[in-house]
Amino acid sequence: MNFIIEAFKPACHVSVTFADAKHRKQAALKKENGKTEMIPLFRSQDNIIGTVSVEPVPGKKVEHKGIKVELLGQIEMYSDRGNFYDFTSLVRELDIPGEIYEKKDFPFEFSSVEMPYETYSGINVRLRYVLKVTITRGYPGSIVQFQDFVVRNYSPSPSINNSIKMEVGIEDCLHIEFEYNKSKYHLKDVIIGKIYFLLVRIKMKNMDLEIRRRESTGSGTSTHVETETLAKYELMDGAPVRGESIPIRLFLSPYELTPTYRNTNNKFSVKYYLNLVLVDEEDRRYFKQQEITIYRLAESSEQAEAL
Amino acid sequence: MVADGVEDEEKWLSAGMAGLQQNAFYMHRALDSNNLKDALKYSAQMLSELRTSKLSPHKYYVLYMKAFDELRKLEIFFRDTISLGFSIVELYELVQHAGNILPRLYLLCTVGSVYIKTKEAPAKDILKDLVEMCRGIQHPLRGLFLRSYLSQVSRDKLPDIGSEYEGDADTVMDAVEFVLQNFTEMNKLWVRMQHQGPVSEKGKREKERNELRDLIGKNLHVLSQIEGVDLDMYKEVVLPRVLEQVVNCKDDLAQYYLMDCIIQVFPDEYHLQSLETLLSVCPQLQPSVDVKTVLSRLMDRLSSYAASGVEVLPEFFQVEAFMKLNNAIRKVTEAQADMPMVGVVSLYASLLTFCLQVHPDRLDYVDQILSSCVNELSVREGLDDSKATRQIIALLSAPLEKYKDIDTVLNLANYRCIMEYLNDSMRKEMANIIIQNIMNNKKTISTADKVDALFELIKGLIKDSGVETPDEPEDEFKEEQNSVARLIQMLHSDNHEEMLNIINTVRNHVLMGGAKRLPYTIPPLIFSSLKLARRLEGQDQSVTGEDVSVTPKKIFQIVTQTIDALASIPVPGLALGLYLQCAEAADDCDLEPVAYEFFTQAYILYEEEITDSRAQVTSIHLIIGTLQRTHAFGVENRDALTHKATGYSAKLLKKPDQCRAVYACSHLFWIDDHDNVRDGERVLLCLKRALRIANSVQQMANATRGSSGTASVVLFVEILNKYLYFYEKGVPQITVESIQDLIKLITNELRGDNIKSDAVADAFFSSTLRYIQFQKDKGGAISDKYKLIVL
Repeated sequence: MNFIIEAFKPACHVSVTFADAKHRKQAALKKENGKTEMIPLFRSQDNIIGTVSVEPVPGKKVEHKGIKVELLGQIEMYSDRGNFYDFTSLVRELDIPGEIYEKKDFPFEFSSVEMPYETYSGINVRLRYVLKVTITRGYPGSIVQFQDFVVRNYSPSPSINNSIKMEVGIEDCLHIEFEYNKSKYHLKDVIIGKIYFLLVRIKMKNMDLEIRRRESTGSGTSTHVETETLAKYELMDGAPVRGESIPIRLFLSPYELTPTYRNTNNKFSVKYYLNLVLVDEEDRRYFKQQEITIYRLAESSEQAEAL
Repeated sequence: MVADGVEDEEKWLSAGMAGLQQNAFYMHRALDSNNLKDALKYSAQMLSELRTSKLSPHKYYVLYMKAFDELRKLEIFFRDTISLGFSIVELYELVQHAGNILPRLYLLCTVGSVYIKTKEAPAKDILKDLVEMCRGIQHPLRGLFLRSYLSQVSRDKLPDIGSEYEGDADTVMDAVEFVLQNFTEMNKLWVRMQHQGPVSEKGKREKERNELRDLIGKNLHVLSQIEGVDLDMYKEVVLPRVLEQVVNCKDDLAQYYLMDCIIQVFPDEYHLQSLETLLSVCPQLQPSVDVKTVLSRLMDRLSSYAASGVEVLPEFFQVEAFMKLNNAIRKVTEAQADMPMVGVVSLYASLLTFCLQVHPDRLDYVDQILSSCVNELSVREGLDDSKATRQIIALLSAPLEKYKDIDTVLNLANYRCIMEYLNDSMRKEMANIIIQNIMNNKKTISTADKVDALFELIKGLIKDSGVETPDEPEDEFKEEQNSVARLIQMLHSDNHEEMLNIINTVRNHVLMGGAKRLPYTIPPLIFSSLKLARRLEGQDQSVTGEDVSVTPKKIFQIVTQTIDALASIPVPGLALGLYLQCAEAADDCDLEPVAYEFFTQAYILYEEEITDSRAQVTSIHLIIGTLQRTHAFGVENRDALTHKATGYSAKLLKKPDQCRAVYACSHLFWIDDHDNVRDGERVLLCLKRALRIANSVQQMANATRGSSGTASVVLFVEILNKYLYFYEKGVPQITVESIQDLIKLITNELRGDNIKSDAVADAFFSSTLRYIQFQKDKGGAISDKYKLIVL
């Protein structure tokens, strides 16, 4: 995109720099072209301060009808690609109409910006935060430059975090009882649990624990649900007999999870499930799915938790 | 199909090996370049080859060993990584990210072992975690190998007493707990193997399981190696827990193996002190378990422990080991009514060995065991089984070997009862063993009762059982009978009366032996009797008054009757020899009529039964020799006997035999220490006659072959020697001239043209001449006589 802009608008070079770029944490973001890029990371209520630099190509001038910077929170449905729904939009005017002959910096500041949703890139939807610089012009068309940034919001440890315990089965065939130590896990958490085999009349081959993500977009009749299996973790190899108990210990850190988003601006939701799958010797699958909540724990306390 | 299966397996194995090696190669590269991420990735891929279900335990082991070697390299790498500052905790987590459980757990165990070494966390916690996590593998084969890997890498890292991983109080308990748990889980998997797969492959599965059993047994071995497992802990924790698993698994293969394992790996004194617990399990085992072998092994071990030194014996008494074992055996035999005979017998045999070792002084125990055994024999069948036979024989041999005294054994009332249950060949074998034992111990048996009991025991050798036995190899039979003969020589009592009783007893037994045995058994009996007779003779004067019941006469009566028994069998040579022996003995006792009677018997035999010319020659020489030695005969009797003997000699078939017998007869007429027998005329007569015969031998040789053989020359030299002998003795009828004539004759014969020189005759003659020369040179009276002979 930049490339194209460059080709058509060689007139000037626009860049956005954040004031605390050196100290600010960065996060990886997957771009549309598939590459990941390290991008500054913010959270809700942060002050977003920076500078927009406009640098005309030497020997040329830029004539404009005003320069502004917008902070946009956008949701894009892939079913309706290119059409952004802005749930947040803030504007700062940077310059009155005039001409620029040489490099000029325009500082800007958005204070305590409300950014309730996290940056997200799913199968059918993405949510992004972007700074949009517009140099309004007449005939040659406006110059627009985007600068992405990532937003992540942290939650405290939930005060109530019950374990999940459940007995399921097929009558006279298979009865198991499983237990996950919590119902809410943070992103770097470990799922600890146990599966008890109360009755086994089926020859098992193996048992996996899957982490599945359910992304639903739209609402009402047009709701579209997409489920992805993010992790497939083998818990058991071979056929257990009655009375066996199989331990579960699944580290979440290797997987690319996001927190659970229950309802993001009525546009989409992302939920996580643990799916316990038993496979018998004839490759029949028996499974039980349980929703878990995933939340993002602040980094420092996250580490404490991990230990 | 089977061949195909094997071939396929080979293929799968080599495919697995190839995959493993390839990933190992990448892993090495990652190790060399210090790339942890790749190392984990490729090691996990490498270990994925172990996820196969297609290999038999044997082949799987090959694969496992290869992986094991590679994991050692990985472990070293992990250690290096940690020493460079990488967090072990992080590494411990990192390996758990692997999606597949089997590679994950192998890696976890490997890192876990490094983790323990760093001592950043208590060994017990890590071990507990590892052993718990391994539950994820429920596939028997893979689970067994994984857990055996765990056991292997943790062996030197248990928080044992004195180990560097020992933590706070009671960490030995943790070590024990860990091993026990791993053992329990492994055993469960092992047992489960039996129940998976089609019924038709049951045998194959059993075989495969047998190949794997050492993996399980190793845990018990580890337990026994833990320093902290002292007697109390063994009794209170280890043994009950292991036994609980043994009983609960309800699998015969496992129960048998594990019981055996327990017995073999733990120290003897532990067994002794926990005997009750251990034994109480036996009746609870599956009926198909070979409890007898288990018990036998236990008893064997305890026996050898008892044998290790007397200082341990009090321990045995203290725990009443014998009673406990005895009870256990009774319970087991009661519980398993269909136990084969061999089992029952071997149990008792082991118990007996144990008893002899621990309570050598308790004959009542021994008899008790034998009596239990008799009971079992009376209700069960199947003693024909050759293994059972072996065991019975072992059982019966044990007391013999222990006490080295047949007397003691004869005191065991039930010993004979057991013998009753044996078949012929076993009885024989047992009898042989008994005899051998008596021989080896060189103990004489000195009362008639014992002799009777003993012969009752060995009657398998003494008489036919009535059933016609299939042809027994001649050698073996001879060997057996010879041992009986030797045994008879071992029966001895200093008391004459008792000795006579013994002889009578033996005789009664022996005479039942039948024609085949008598030639072997009668001679020793006769000699034994004659020995007694001579002993009586020696003491007769001193004890005349009291010992009236036993006289040489009486003995000779018995002896006569005994030899008569031989008459029915065509062994006249033997009977003749025996009669002559008797005659000589009677002669020693100065019983002239008895001796004469014996000679008569011998002569009758010679005339009527001995027809073979060769046997005749032998017999006649025997007769002459015996007769020459007697001195009890009056002139008349003596004349009669010598006359007969000379007559027989002259009637032998072959001339040389005649010649030799005749010149031998010459000795009958001149006996140095016998004044009545000095008849020079008759001596000369005999010698002359011999010369005549020798002459005719020569002529016959000339006539038939055209040249005189040297045989006659030898005869001449022999006769010359006789001449010299009697000349030396001073027989007046033997003159110097006759000797010189003879020498001349021989010299001519030897120098004769038509005679081939004969080395034997030459040598004989020249040494005879040398003798004459020697006597001449010697000096003294004899020398003077010899000087008259002119050579």
